Amino acid sequence: MANKIPENLHYSKDHEWVKVDGDVATIGITDYAQHALGDVVYVELPSVGDKFESHEAFGSVESVKAVSEIFTPIAGEIVEANDGLNDNPEAVNNDAYGDAWMIKVKMNNPLEADAMLSAVEYEEYLSENE
Amino acid sequence: MRYIPNSPEERAEMLELLGLASADELFRSIPADIQLGRALRITEPLSEIEVIAEMERLAAMNTASRQPSFLGAGAYSHYSPTIVDHLIQRSEFFTSYTPYQPEVSQGTLQYIFEFQTLICQLTGMDVANASMYDGSTAMAEAFLMAQRVTRKNKVLIAETVHPEYSEVAKTYTQHGDLKIETVHFDKESGRILSDDLSKLDDKTAALVIQSPNFFGCIEDLESLANKAHEVGALLIVVVTEAISFGLLKSPGACGADIVVAEGQSFGIPLSYGGPYVGLFATKEKYVRQMPGRLAGVAYDKNGNRGFVLTLATREQHIRRDKATSNICTNQGLIALAATIYMETMGKKGLQEVAMQNAQKTAYAAKEIAKIEGFSLPFSAPRFNEFVVRAPKDASELLEKLRTERAIIGGLALSRYYADNPNDFLVCVTEINTREQIDNLVKSLKEISN
Amino acid sequence: MSITKVTQHPTQNEELIFDRSQTGRIGYRLPKLDVEETNIDEIIPSELRRQDDLDGVPEVSEVDVIRHFTRMSTWNFSIDLGMYPLGSCTMKYNSRLNEKVARIPGFANLHPLAPVAGAQGALALIYKLQEDLAEITGLPGISLQPAAGAQGEMTGVLIIRAFLDKRDGEKSRERRVMLIPDSAHGTNPASAALAGFTVKTVNSTAAGLTDMEHLKKLCDEGGIAGLMLTNPNTVGIFEKNIKEICDIIHQAGGLVYMDGANMNALVGVARPGDMGVDVIHLNLHKTFSTPHGGGGPGCGPCCCTLELEPFLPIPRIVKDGENYKLDFNRPESIGRVKAFYGNFGMMIRALSYIQTHGAEGLKEATESAVLNARYVGHHLVEDFDKPFDSDPMHEVIFSHKKQTRKGVHTLDIAKRLIDYGFHPPTIYFPLIVQGAMLIEPTESVGRQDLDAFIDAMKAIAQETVENPDLVINAPHSTRIGRLDEAAAARKPVLRWQPDMETLSKTA
Repeated sequence: MANKIPENLHYSKDHEWVKVDGDVATIGITDYAQHALGDVVYVELPSVGDKFESHEAFGSVESVKAVSEIFTPIAGEIVEANDGLNDNPEAVNNDAYGDAWMIKVKMNNPLEADAMLSAVEYEEYLSENE
Repeated sequence: MRYIPNSPEERAEMLELLGLASADELFRSIPADIQLGRALRITEPLSEIEVIAEMERLAAMNTASRQPSFLGAGAYSHYSPTIVDHLIQRSEFFTSYTPYQPEVSQGTLQYIFEFQTLICQLTGMDVANASMYDGSTAMAEAFLMAQRVTRKNKVLIAETVHPEYSEVAKTYTQHGDLKIETVHFDKESGRILSDDLSKLDDKTAALVIQSPNFFGCIEDLESLANKAHEVGALLIVVVTEAISFGLLKSPGACGADIVVAEGQSFGIPLSYGGPYVGLFATKEKYVRQMPGRLAGVAYDKNGNRGFVLTLATREQHIRRDKATSNICTNQGLIALAATIYMETMGKKGLQEVAMQNAQKTAYAAKEIAKIEGFSLPFSAPRFNEFVVRAPKDASELLEKLRTERAIIGGLALSRYYADNPNDFLVCVTEINTREQIDNLVKSLKEISN
Repeated sequence: MSITKVTQHPTQNEELIFDRSQTGRIGYRLPKLDVEETNIDEIIPSELRRQDDLDGVPEVSEVDVIRHFTRMSTWNFSIDLGMYPLGSCTMKYNSRLNEKVARIPGFANLHPLAPVAGAQGALALIYKLQEDLAEITGLPGISLQPAAGAQGEMTGVLIIRAFLDKRDGEKSRERRVMLIPDSAHGTNPASAALAGFTVKTVNSTAAGLTDMEHLKKLCDEGGIAGLMLTNPNTVGIFEKNIKEICDIIHQAGGLVYMDGANMNALVGVARPGDMGVDVIHLNLHKTFSTPHGGGGPGCGPCCCTLELEPFLPIPRIVKDGENYKLDFNRPESIGRVKAFYGNFGMMIRALSYIQTHGAEGLKEATESAVLNARYVGHHLVEDFDKPFDSDPMHEVIFSHKKQTRKGVHTLDIAKRLIDYGFHPPTIYFPLIVQGAMLIEPTESVGRQDLDAFIDAMKAIAQETVENPDLVINAPHSTRIGRLDEAAAARKPVLRWQPDMETLSKTA
């Protein structure tokens, strides 16, 4: 199955995407990740004000019979968490890059995003690892 | 062996087909030096007649099982409708496994759903799980859950919680960072000592109260819930006598956050302490922190309603070392028995049996209090248990009652509370006739002289 | 192939009892109250009493209850109906004799706090079972208190922790690593976490055994408290290096805990105590045939070496001359893991099982269990991928590897087996085999049934090639089809409410 990989985003090898807007990064999981998980039934997210180092787990995504931790590629403080996913976890399957954004982080170091994979690089990474 | 279908001849044929000369060759992967190489030193095979005779012989030695008894303290003698034991012995229930394949387990899943509902109704809570091992382990799990929910590390437990429950909680939490402190009881009322609630602070994860407590006294749960909530702690209510749900205000209505209970009273034989069934209920917002299995409604593609085990990601087979509990096997069949009991007794039966317990206990308490030298040390309202203070050592008195009058008069509290040698706990249920109660009173009077 | 739906009930879907409830129906009768009635307000003030009239609790007759549960029961598969080959669960025959003796009034009506002098028969029975299990495991220290396997595990690792704390004092704190194979049951890491251990995972080899090099490497990293190992392991293979494994752990300063879930492969043939294992739990509801009861109750005795005996839970049941007593005076004990003494009713059943079999019968059961698994393995190896070459013990593992190219997965094969009248095997466990099917026939299956099972599996393999949709859409013979578990988990409905849809849609 072809995975959607929008061009304007940054990607991690843990299958998170990052969209940068000023000093705030919006973070979610990729289309590839939601395919691998199957039907998402619950998303556990942090509270506003929580602080995370890069590559630290900030929450988890549950399918019926699996739990996967989600890692932030970007260090910083949570300024918003997507509470809409409480009632609508299936958005992760239906709209991974839109409605299913997970957190917004005020970045400690905006350069971190630049060090991530581009869409082209992420696509290559996926094809190498399949 | 008569439980093994294949005859020796059939087995020989199967071995031959596998290219094996003997059954011993089945175990070639076990190094010879760790094979037993001899017969086990246990009995010769016994026939059904012999097994029954041996078991009857042992059972006959349990003289206490035949004597009128006023023992409670976490295990209660109650009436169980005949159909309870009949229905749980249906092959489809008792020889099935955990319902992991819902298409061939709807019978089990539906009764679990009914069980969960009934426990919610009785406890006044939002959600209940499919059972824990017993009341004591349910309470230990509640401690761990309160710690997860509040992220605080202190639990205050009433001294009047069943002492064996407290011991189990200590075992479960001994290597975590949870601190357990005791709240003492008021020597006049037998209830929790209000002044001691000053131990509640913003580090407290939970206040743990048994009601009716170990002395049979009914606690004022509503005010205790308020006090716990004022500092952000949860109120965990422990119930060892589930029959009390039929008469007493539900813990949920009083503001409890977690309710744990022993469900043995719901039609389960005493059976020397087990198997019983732990009940565990909480508020909906905490469901993902809950231990144990849960059954929920699900539909197939044609819209047929069925049930499945759900929210399984909390459990050990998925979350492993980060699971909400290590529990796997629970008390499924006993939960079924409790479900059949609750449904057969129904609304009216649960109310009537609770009322009879309260009335008979009130009668027994009144009569015992009249005996010279005997008193009831605690003033709080009681359900079906109460403490009696005897004029002499209670263990000796009860032993005399047993050997001379063949009555089990209750439990000497010195087993758990060393400083009350003359106190004993009496339990009266619908099983105890007036004649038994009167005989107890008469015998106490006579042997204490 | 067309299979009609089961319709022997008046309605396809037995309602919930709450929907059957009718005001005024009664299903019980108690004796009349035989004491003078006191005004209830004088006994319990109204503010402490229920005001909700037990709202929602059903009102039904005894007949309603009997029919309700009898109808629901017919939707269950059961051992008595046929082969129930759940790997690692040991679904063997549950003898009615065991049920009968457990219900003898002298056992059933015995209160756990009854004076010891009036409970000698129960204590004698516990003591006898302790002796027999000690002989079977080769581990003389024993407590029957744990309520189930996971609690027996917890007891075992708490004992390891207590032993290390005593032996090493303050330095024990540097020893907190519990090694657990990647093939282990989930209860192992969950129990280890309760005892304050951190888990490190030991890899398995391509042959399905513990990777000895990896084990040594992890031991070299230090901090080893112990190892939790299932043997035969969860792919059904005996860990032939068990003695060396135990030596490695012991040299690293740790202890070996064996998960006894698979003891049905060993009883009468080999004993954990002779392998170097320090502590083990048994599942009386697996190996010793006490019923699984739709999820429990179990009984998970913990057996250990004499060295570890002081740490077992209190009270211990001991013999004192001709009498039996409860011994609470064990200062080094890990404490109590359960109120009272354990699931006594299960102990009666297990002893009845042991006595019915005797030494020779127990060994015969072990041999038959292994033979049956080997027989199934032999016949299915052409049709299904068998990931490990080694001879299986009491259970044999296959995967869906040969079927996935047709879009058929383990779940589909499992569901299709239901149409053939068999309960599916354990699926997707252990995690180290993709699409695992773990088949444990037990000794309670005769050759005809084994052959029918083998034929069914072969037929499904064929259907996968010829008509994969038939398999993918299975089961076709049950009252309901596959349920939408994702929707159930997203919006969980965990109890009946008065406003709930009364009847499901018709099938």
